Amino acid sequence: MAVVDYNAPQSVQEAVALLSGSDIKTKVMAGGTDLIIQSKSQAVEPLRVVDLKHIAEMMSYSLDDGGLSLGPCMCCAEFTALHDVETLYPGLVEAAYLIGSTQVQGRASIGGNLCNSSPAADTIPALIAIGAKCRIVGAGGERTVAVEDFVTGVGRNCMQSGELLQRILVARPAPGSRDAYLRFIPRTEMDIAVAGAGISVTLDSQGVCTAARVAIGAVAQTALLVASAADALIGTQLDDASVAKAAAAASAAASPITDRRGTIEFRRHIVGVLVKRATLIAKERAQASL
Amino acid sequence: MAKLHITTSINGEATEFLCEPHETLLDVLRNDLQMTGTKEGCGSGDCGACSVTVDGRLTCACLVLGVEAAGREIGTIEGIGGSDKLSVIQEKFLEHAALQCGICTPGLVVSTQALLEQNPNPTEAEARYFLAGNLCRCTGYDKIIRAVLDAAATMRGAA
Amino acid sequence: MSEAREFKYIGQSTIRPDGFDKVTGRANYGADLSLPGMIWGKILRSPHAHAMIKRLDTSRAEAFPGVLAVATHSDFPSVTDQAIESGEGSLTLLDLARNVLAKDKVLYHGHAVVAIAAKTSAIAEQALALIDIEYEVLKPVMDVREAMAAGAPILHPDMFTQGLAEKPTTASNVATRLEYKMGDIEAGFKDAEVVVEREFYTPTAHQGYIEPHACTVRYEKDGQSMIWCSTQGHFDVRASTAKLLGLDLGKLKVIASEIGGGFGGKTTVYLEPVALILSRKSGRPVKMIMDRDEVFKATGPGSATRSWVKIGARKDGTITAMQGRLAYEAGAFKGSPVMMGCMTAFTPYAVSNMYIEGFDVVVNKAKVAAYRAPGAPQAEFAVEMLVNELAVKLGRDPIDLRLQNAAKEGTQTIYGPKFKRVGLVECLEAARDSKHYQQALAANQGRGVAAGFWFNVGGQSSVHINMNPDGTGTIVEGSPDIGGSRASMQMMAAEAMGIEPGRLKPIIGDTENVAFSAGTGGSRTTFATGMAVIEAAEDVVAQMKQRAASMWNVTAEQVEWVDGVALNTAGEDRLSLAEICAGADRTGGQISGRGNINARGAGPSFAVHLCDVEVDKETGKVDVVRYTAVQDAGKAIHPKYVEGQYQGGAVQGIGWALNEEYIYGADGLLENAGFLDYRIPVASDLPMIDAIIVEVPNKFHPYGVRGVGESGIIPPLAAVGYAVENAIGVPVTDLPLSPPRVFNLIQGKG
Repeated sequence: MAVVDYNAPQSVQEAVALLSGSDIKTKVMAGGTDLIIQSKSQAVEPLRVVDLKHIAEMMSYSLDDGGLSLGPCMCCAEFTALHDVETLYPGLVEAAYLIGSTQVQGRASIGGNLCNSSPAADTIPALIAIGAKCRIVGAGGERTVAVEDFVTGVGRNCMQSGELLQRILVARPAPGSRDAYLRFIPRTEMDIAVAGAGISVTLDSQGVCTAARVAIGAVAQTALLVASAADALIGTQLDDASVAKAAAAASAAASPITDRRGTIEFRRHIVGVLVKRATLIAKERAQASL
Repeated sequence: MAKLHITTSINGEATEFLCEPHETLLDVLRNDLQMTGTKEGCGSGDCGACSVTVDGRLTCACLVLGVEAAGREIGTIEGIGGSDKLSVIQEKFLEHAALQCGICTPGLVVSTQALLEQNPNPTEAEARYFLAGNLCRCTGYDKIIRAVLDAAATMRGAA
Repeated sequence: MSEAREFKYIGQSTIRPDGFDKVTGRANYGADLSLPGMIWGKILRSPHAHAMIKRLDTSRAEAFPGVLAVATHSDFPSVTDQAIESGEGSLTLLDLARNVLAKDKVLYHGHAVVAIAAKTSAIAEQALALIDIEYEVLKPVMDVREAMAAGAPILHPDMFTQGLAEKPTTASNVATRLEYKMGDIEAGFKDAEVVVEREFYTPTAHQGYIEPHACTVRYEKDGQSMIWCSTQGHFDVRASTAKLLGLDLGKLKVIASEIGGGFGGKTTVYLEPVALILSRKSGRPVKMIMDRDEVFKATGPGSATRSWVKIGARKDGTITAMQGRLAYEAGAFKGSPVMMGCMTAFTPYAVSNMYIEGFDVVVNKAKVAAYRAPGAPQAEFAVEMLVNELAVKLGRDPIDLRLQNAAKEGTQTIYGPKFKRVGLVECLEAARDSKHYQQALAANQGRGVAAGFWFNVGGQSSVHINMNPDGTGTIVEGSPDIGGSRASMQMMAAEAMGIEPGRLKPIIGDTENVAFSAGTGGSRTTFATGMAVIEAAEDVVAQMKQRAASMWNVTAEQVEWVDGVALNTAGEDRLSLAEICAGADRTGGQISGRGNINARGAGPSFAVHLCDVEVDKETGKVDVVRYTAVQDAGKAIHPKYVEGQYQGGAVQGIGWALNEEYIYGADGLLENAGFLDYRIPVASDLPMIDAIIVEVPNKFHPYGVRGVGESGIIPPLAAVGYAVENAIGVPVTDLPLSPPRVFNLIQGKG
């Protein structure tokens, strides 16, 4: 794809209008860290770009009693510096912090990560773990979809042509409820996840886990919400045996591939280790929030 | 393909250029503006040799379209140090022999400046993680990290 | 040089003379030159690892608006099968021509087939898609075992194994078989009470320089053709390109730009001859820059190897026999560094009985290029792993065991000469006495020790020093400065002339303004070009003395030269260098000194590294927690840049040991041609690397210099490898020790 036409709409309505009404392939751009690289690889096919970064609401966030409402194009560097968000959603901030280098974080956004819909995207399991929802807007109006239902395949999601992601919405976690995200890479930085795990747990005052969500990444065509792993945690004190059970459930749920980043066997094992470790981090945070 | 007329500011200087929509900011800087201090090592955001700032935020010029520079403030290596003086960071890189071939150095200087603006007193680990996107194949990073920490200490002392 | 001497400038860490330009972005590298009217060249590369080109039609591309020239292999005048000088590697002209543009057959994924020059790189890129090309895909051969097996697909039907007792009658993928021996290997093993042996594998690894190959060229019919390029040896670029295009050397000027890393990988040509053909055909200057994936697919890499090594020793620790068999991938054309592997493998040890054989094997991968101490890291990895195992079996400290068997002055090498004074023992002692070696290991940690040997080379270098009327001067040398060598040249000349280093400006001359100099490789620059610099500086001093003598009416022998000042021993007169330069118009014209040498007596540099790792046993991830690199510099001219060579070599080796490898699919296609998945170390992967400079002077260099560039990459493979073995308690045989491999070892599935 070679960019032949660049548009920078000032409003969502203008952007939606631009998404339909062209016979050239049209893509929205947030940070562009995936799109620009993709556009270089197949230089022949023409591409029309709609840059969303000039739309104020796409770049902003709000956090109140209702929770987090995030403009999907805010860059990760800005997002990870939001201390109020980090207090409540440390796992999501961790995931955003892991995307690429400092330089990449200066451009890349959570919305872009979500819409690029890579199986290895770091923020997707983290968003699923905290029950995040996508508000999608198009010519036909608005709709809201849970993140676990948003991504439908490798590089594919439920958005129809002419639609765009307008907002990412997350409920405010109660005291006793916190998240964590861990991924595994061969180096310490600059790699794509071999496997990832996003966890949120809710503890009551006795330390009993009353709710949990376990999401795993890079071990299937899409990030998976693993109910069986959460079930292994709910009703327990998140003791070693229960956590091990959750890890085993996550490994069992994984259906990874072998590629240049890892083998089936290794990914299956690693995702269990990550679930175990991330659960313990989430547990500690949840206890501290009580 | 019609070229687009872009008005921007580079290192504080009002600048205009013409570019095609597919050109990256890196292409524009290097080929259209002859500002070759910003280097290209990979074209995919993996090496950091083209580190620049856009509205003060560190990024890779190869991950930005040239047209996106419109109305922004771009910072490049050419804006650091003067014709006969160096910034503290540049001086420390030389003093610590923190470069061998030097191809990664402009990017590292730009990134280090961004680091120290954000965090004037980084730990060794913080410096290493912040700069993980700036690949250097010659030095093994030891002297780079020493230069960065020494520059930070010197700048704190001067402030 | 026989004993330690006092130096005025040498041994200080000055600010490098090219430093200002490099930290401000003013320094111009391979891709930084643009010329008026310049157009852009791009290359169509093979999508297959092994295929016949059945049909090639470039007419649609040629007709595309904006395309100005197309080049294919048929544009080379008939090249012959002669050997050419190509840095540290070896290649025939015919193979070189077929590597830069394929003839009839493509031999690796990314092999260049057609080049196009167009008004913009985007147009060139679009035109590449219009080339009609039909391949007949062949089965690829991706490993020495497959390549050497009976019935393997043959890459070159006209290649017969050299070095066999009987001349072979069938073509083979084995280009050469060679051997080195000393003493009686069987008697050596009979004498042994403990024997260790193992097979090892090292993967294809790339030099990983950050600057892609790039050049800007201009062909001129009247004999003023010019190439500006990033290279370790611009005279070699001139020789290769002139031969490929049938030009006289005098009609081609090559200018070495600043070079953004090479590590051996920029000692051969890829783009330059192609760009010059495009320029000849279009009549326009042509710029070519490789994309990063082209760099990984079609340049470098270093050889993947399979080796078997066996070592025998008596219970008292005396090693009695060392035997090995090394098979090195050459890539698509013959010429791996297996000979260097054979020559270096056992050389840190003084052992009477040695036998090693080597095989140079072609496979469907890019033709290997020199990579920092070419061939040595792979061979010495195998040996050093086993020496560590031997130490455990003998209940000995690994440094102590090495000290007992260390090569020293007078030790007979397997490749011919006896060692002059070398510094292995001093390096081992420094490692043993280091703070690092006294540190206790924590849980899940392991320690590895390894030694490394590299010859270093000399060869031809030319230098002249041109003085100015104010007493400043320019040092014109012909060795591209890849890591700060201009600083060393400046310091050595300053030392010889007795003036401040800052008074002398070192520059890299192009092929027209300095005489032939061999490329920057083999750790030769500070040694050999340094000797030429000293010779040129001494020539300047001799002329200064003569000029002073003529002004004082005494003989030159009556003039003494002290700290940059001529003193009349027959009187009170004194003239500074600046004064002599200022008055040179009255004494015979301005002064310039020359040094043209073919340097002999390069001093080997031994290195000893210590590595501590911590292994996450649940994931197999290895973290280097402590690292020390000890190496003999002979004399460190600029200590900080010497340390930098040790640290940089160590970290490249750590990367090779832990995560770097070419990953191929079953179809022979390279799957990780980028920095995202070819995982070189990043800043957060590493601790500080302690560097310890040992100085055992090389008496053949006026200041005692040994080369320092290469030995540092040799020990890390085994230092890291054995540290992991030590931490997990399972034998390590294959690199890289990436998390899945280490995890499998821990699980007993190695």
